Amino acid sequence: MAMEPVVTIDGISVRIEGERNLLELVRKAGIDLPTFCYHSELSVYGACRMCVVEVDRMGVVSSCTVPPQPGMVVRTNTEKLMEIRRTILELLLARHDRECTTCTKNGGCRLQSLAQRLGVRDIRFGGGDAKRPLDRSTAGIVRDPNKCILCGDCVRVCGEVQGIGILDFAFRGANAAVMPAFNRELREVDCVQCGQCVSVCPTAALTIKDDTSRVWKALGNPKMKVIAQVAPAVRVALGEEFGHAPGWADTGKVVAALKRLGFDMVLDTAFTADLTVVEETAEFVGRLVSGDRSRLPQFTSCCPAWVKYVEQRHPEFLPNLSTCRSPQQMFGSLVRNTPVLGEAEDGTDVFVVSIMPCTAKKSEAAREEFSRDGRPDVDVVLTTHELAMMIRQVGIDFDQLPSEPFDLPLGMATGAGMIFGNTGGVAEAVLRAAASLLAPADAEGHRHEAARLAFEEVRGMDGVREASVELGGVTIRLAVAHSLGAASAVLEAIAEGKAEYDLVEVMSCPGGCIGGAGQPVPSHIEVRKKRAKALYGIDKMQMLRRAHDNPFVTALYDRLLGEAGSEKAHELLHTHHVHAGKAGSACN
Amino acid sequence: MALLETTHRDFANVSKIIGRHGKGQQELVPILQEVQAEYRYLPEEILSHISTAMGIPPATVYGVATFYAQFSLEPKGKYVIRVCDGTACHVRHSMPIYEAIRKKTGLRGKRITSADGLFTVETVACVGACGLAPVITINDEVYAQMTPEAAEMIIDALMNREVNPVETH
Repeated sequence: MAMEPVVTIDGISVRIEGERNLLELVRKAGIDLPTFCYHSELSVYGACRMCVVEVDRMGVVSSCTVPPQPGMVVRTNTEKLMEIRRTILELLLARHDRECTTCTKNGGCRLQSLAQRLGVRDIRFGGGDAKRPLDRSTAGIVRDPNKCILCGDCVRVCGEVQGIGILDFAFRGANAAVMPAFNRELREVDCVQCGQCVSVCPTAALTIKDDTSRVWKALGNPKMKVIAQVAPAVRVALGEEFGHAPGWADTGKVVAALKRLGFDMVLDTAFTADLTVVEETAEFVGRLVSGDRSRLPQFTSCCPAWVKYVEQRHPEFLPNLSTCRSPQQMFGSLVRNTPVLGEAEDGTDVFVVSIMPCTAKKSEAAREEFSRDGRPDVDVVLTTHELAMMIRQVGIDFDQLPSEPFDLPLGMATGAGMIFGNTGGVAEAVLRAAASLLAPADAEGHRHEAARLAFEEVRGMDGVREASVELGGVTIRLAVAHSLGAASAVLEAIAEGKAEYDLVEVMSCPGGCIGGAGQPVPSHIEVRKKRAKALYGIDKMQMLRRAHDNPFVTALYDRLLGEAGSEKAHELLHTHHVHAGKAGSACN
Repeated sequence: MALLETTHRDFANVSKIIGRHGKGQQELVPILQEVQAEYRYLPEEILSHISTAMGIPPATVYGVATFYAQFSLEPKGKYVIRVCDGTACHVRHSMPIYEAIRKKTGLRGKRITSADGLFTVETVACVGACGLAPVITINDEVYAQMTPEAAEMIIDALMNREVNPVETH
């Protein structure tokens, strides 16, 4: 008789149900074995040794590298194992910059919390390493080699998920370190600033560039009219920073928190996402009906890491990118260059702050083409995490906040704008708009009512999703990719003629913006699914779910822009993409 | 001085080496070895070129090149002098030999290659010639039972050869 697929863990029988390694099985049994280098979505590396267990007839092994076998007898909590884990921590800490109180990761550092949890009270080994310089060369990411514990998480996420490989191990033994090629600064290499390395880093070796002090300064200046735009993905993740389960969303509290912090106006980036949909759909349908396929498939352009990726690595596809600015930059351009918020009062200066789930948005805002006379359209980009920091700094009790509405008109958005925050959302929003444009008109000349609203075929979490959608007699072939590794596979298929599409949506981060590097951590697949579900939930609750049904978008066209794709629209809402050359570009 | 001139970058040569080996990741070390044999070190532009040609991220190529002690990212001298400091050589006073060679070639601080690009001086853990200790090697030629004075004389001879080149073969 075959042996029952059961492993004994600390005297408890645990059934094997497809777990790939002992670590997953141990965690299923309710024992939180510590790890630094294990991420279920990355390859198994087995470097940190924190997950060691004792297995009968095998001895001490790292549980992440051992597949479970029926009949195994595993112990996770012997004195010997505790001692091993403590010693490893001591060794890691011996060479670690232990300035915890002033560290940006203080309170959120896994090394710190494990040292506390495992009771490390003394470090017997000497440090004495010379302090190495920090890399603050980019707008979004700070790299501090003094905090690195060589777990390799960043190396693997950049190589395996993003397919880029900016970081790797160099040198060896006591000199081993993680760095870009030739120990260059991030600015000087092909880094697209997606920040996924930051998202997985257990310590402060890779962190988000902290821009909160610039915002505090603006908020404290009575001559500044400080306005915030909030990206869709922020509202379904900020709660996690205050103890709520992933997927919890209360947009009203986010708005209220920003008001309490002193923002004069709180507006919604989903409004300019609606505007992006209108512009991008007009551009797309234009390219589609022209019969000229040289600029098809059209690629979405709202993800700045993706745009940078194409500029640096695939200039041959630059004509395919939509020329639309991202919602963040459309917002900045409108507020800075038009009287959309009403005539400016004399002597006041409008200070534009974006709240984004993203580190690459910081780089995007710093791009030269999004500045006029040296002043960027968007002054500061804060991540979801930085907003939470500000809320905590002033002691606002997040849960006690009432729900407050966005200010109008730029706080009004449809469901189409909301789903911009997750993979598949931009494609679906464009399909909703295209469905209206291409639908046969009803007796009264309305096209909208006949058109579809939900496009389940582009939803989901597979790395690349393909769909063929029939709209008004036209078949639209789509590909939706998230993570740059997946995007690269799509580009390859197109280049080799193995696939033909009309529209390709790419978001650089796994799950889309909801999995951005500015979001609370952890941000793994289960968390991302819940955030996406929350965004689709918000979409479903909206009275209006098509971008062009947004009355303020319509008014904007009537009063200012004319029609989608007009000269004025191009001046304010579009850009041009240029080949940035290998390693480095005008922006950082 | 032509020895350290790094502007002349014959990528065609590198491409030939890569062509012989193919682009598999496992070929990276043999390719780096051949390139180093050609240029005596691994210039940055060539590592970048190898990265692009092989489709391996530059950070990974750099990681491999810095992992192995056999690879050098700094230009090496025409004569690479390795002073054995294995146990047998060490107890037979290899360090005074090393110091004498460094002084003779004008090396100070962390520098291992002389300013004129002629000499690179390193230590090596053991060359496996303990019976001849203390030994040094110069471009893979072994010199046995060295003394500081003998080492200085050898370097003098090499320096003379550079000033007054003689047809050797």
